[in-house]
Amino acid sequence: MTTPTVHKDTEKGTMTVISLFDAPVERIWRLWSDPRQLERWWGPPTYPATFVDHDLTPGGIVNYYMTGPEGDRSGGQWRIRTVEAPHKLEFEDAFTDDDGNVNPDLPVTVITVTLEAGTGAETRMSIHSAFPSPEAMEEVLDMGMEEGILGSISQIDDLLAEDA
Amino acid sequence: MVVEISTEAASDRVFHALADATRRDIVRRTMRAEHSVSGLARFYPMSFAAVQKHVSVLHAAGLVTKRRQGRQQMVVADVRAVRRARRLLDHLEALWLDRIDRIGAVLADDKGDNS
Repeated sequence: MTTPTVHKDTEKGTMTVISLFDAPVERIWRLWSDPRQLERWWGPPTYPATFVDHDLTPGGIVNYYMTGPEGDRSGGQWRIRTVEAPHKLEFEDAFTDDDGNVNPDLPVTVITVTLEAGTGAETRMSIHSAFPSPEAMEEVLDMGMEEGILGSISQIDDLLAEDA
Repeated sequence: MVVEISTEAASDRVFHALADATRRDIVRRTMRAEHSVSGLARFYPMSFAAVQKHVSVLHAAGLVTKRRQGRQQMVVADVRAVRRARRLLDHLEALWLDRIDRIGAVLADDKGDNS
């Protein structure tokens, strides 16, 4: 595996991460199509994910929750838009409440996964994440420029990075 | 790692708060100077209660702080929180790079099994 490349578009509120894996496309697809495989990498070791529903068909629902060290849970739901095995998966990733219902107050991120065969047994995986309100992100950025606060607060930036 | 979860939740609150043009305008104005809620209400064609509600949403997202001054409620933007909002993409990047690392580990396990 080589170092992934990341492209962030702060104006559109999107991010694309491209990584190369030394495994065939079908193997990488299984990381998404098999819930037991997903559980091995979706959540960090301290917040492992459990996938309870996993219907990878257009319009299908995937429900999961992550369990924290204190037994605290946070849930998520994917609403599947596109499935073109083993090359493309597109879904809306939403947050759910304790009863597993989608929380309408929290924004939904659209994630597009694209897998392409590279040279030999390599697979190129592209993950594209789009925020629901790019305007919001853009304006937040503009605010910083407009107020000239970028420079004045850069010194405390590193401190903030720790508590962010 | 716990940071990853709390960051995701925090970023959602911030994005929800900033998805509204009035709220973005309130943040801009209160970055320049402290304003009372009633003073802010004069800028927008809406009721005092509606503006107060917008301020509450921003407050819940940590983007502004509030304090009482006599009968007035004063609002000022939390510059650090606004700065943090700009870091959200950076956090999203970290989240995915961690996931890709873990995928690499899962694939490495395959190789271990085969050999």
